[in-house]
Parts: sequence; C-alpha cells; structure tokens
Amino acid sequence: MVLLTRKIEFSASHFYHNPNLSAEENRRIFGKCNNPHGHGHNYTLEVTVAGEPDPVTGMVLDLKELKEILESEVMKRMDHRHLNYEVPELAGQIPTCENIARVIWQLLEPRITQGKLHRVRLYESPDLFADCYRNGASGAGN
Amino acid sequence: MNGDALRVELGRRYRFVASHRLHSQRLTEEENYRVFGKCNNPYGHGHNYVLEVSLSGRIDPATGMIANLADLDAFVERHVLEEFDHRSLNEDVAAFRHKVPTTENLCIEIFHRLKHFPHAQLELVRIQETGNNSFEYAGNTEGDRL
Ligand SMILES: [Zn+2]
Repeated sequence: MVLLTRKIEFSASHFYHNPNLSAEENRRIFGKCNNPHGHGHNYTLEVTVAGEPDPVTGMVLDLKELKEILESEVMKRMDHRHLNYEVPELAGQIPTCENIARVIWQLLEPRITQGKLHRVRLYESPDLFADCYRNGASGAGN
Repeated sequence: MNGDALRVELGRRYRFVASHRLHSQRLTEEENYRVFGKCNNPYGHGHNYVLEVSLSGRIDPATGMIANLADLDAFVERHVLEEFDHRSLNEDVAAFRHKVPTTENLCIEIFHRLKHFPHAQLELVRIQETGNNSFEYAGNTEGDRL
C-alpha cells in the first residue's frame, strides 16, 4: 500500500460560542476565541489517500482529480468564508479544528473512489492541528 | 455516514531548547567517542527541540474539543517544559542521570510524563531534534499502555 498526500491552504474566520452556556462560561472555556466578531486563520489541509498504484498509470489516483475534489468540496465551501455562518455542514457545531477535520472527512470520503481516504490533517496554525481517521485504520497511535 | 466510525486526534506542538551530551557510563572513553562522535564532546551541545503530542478522545459537543488547549498547555508546561526548557538534560533532569539523553529516550520520558493527562488519551509523542531528524514514541512498549 502506498500513501499519497496533497496539501491545500485556505483562509477562513470563526469564533467559538456555545449558546447553551452563559456569557461567563463561554468566556472561561473559549477565552479570546469567544470574541463575538470572530478572527481568522490560514488553515493548511493535508489529505492522505492509501492505495495500490494502478499497473498501467503507476498512480494511486489521479492527482488532478484529487485537486478538483478538494477544490469543489473544501475550497468552494470554506475558503474566505466565515465558518460559523457560511458552512451548513458545520451548523450547530463549534468550528474547532477537530470538528472541521471531521466534516472535511465526511465531505471527501464518498468522493474518493480510487484508493481510500486514509487521513485528514487540518492545521489551524503550525502548532495546532487535528487528524481524522476511520476507526480501525492505523493512526498515529497504533 | 456515521460520525462515530471516525477517530479524531488533536495535535499540538511545543518548543524548548536544551543541551545534552551523549555519553554512556557503560562504555569506555574510546567507545563513547566511537559511538557518539561529536555528540560525546565533554561540555555538550544544544538543540531547539519541537515536541509534538497527539491525543485522542471524544469530541465534547459542548466545546467542539477533545481537550481544552488551556488545560493541555498547562499540563505540558508543568510536566515537561518547566523542567526541560533552557536546561541541561544530563544535569537537570533526574531521568537522564543514568540514561543517555538521546531523543529516543527523551520521547519515552516525555510519553511517561504526559500519559497521565486526565482529559484525553495520549497517543503519540514526536520530537524533532533538528529540522532533519525526528523521533516518535507511541507507548508501544510493555507496560506503557494502561
Ligand atoms: Zn481560531
């Protein structure tokens, strides 16, 4: 099995707020991420696909195709958007790295028909990221 | 599409600078020099270490988080960074009095210190010693997975 990774970057704004909690609790849990007008990040997304190279083309999947999938599923939805207001898949969820990575997984997995989606890693900054795997697939820890 | 079939891990990076000297009390001077080369120079040398930790757990629907970063940062600060940053690993960290402070051993030591983080399951410690080499430990040695 070979793993192939493609990276894209997008910029988006968000803030963290749970309407079921008081203003004080929101402040305590989320700190400055709770500021009501939001803030933004340059997100870096790494998408890893696992598979066997096709004997004719030598490729796990056509990178052009993966690029188009990322463009239509991720860039169009999230790039230069406000994640709290403009991405219906995130409605009702706090747009943390963990939740965004999971939503991106759910968007991409059905679209990848050659090879299998292995990992989605989303960096919110160089020092903070979330990884999403399908349970049972080997992750960082096993 | 069932969200529960997915596993999400949180990754966080920290930085610290420290010095070390690779020297084993079980080897002779010549052997030490042969094995460790310039890393055996008597007064040691330093690195800008990048520590990466990965944790798994349930995403709390109220916060969207596996673990609150403020809790994680405070835990890593207290259990690792306070003792390691701007220190000599050989002289200032008791675990390395009798163990060579290679980055392999550093990964294991840090894993042991962080595996008791109460809010999520530690999955992996990865340390970049320089931009060109990095080491990982997932607690896969006997007794490390509780
Ligand atoms: Zn943010």
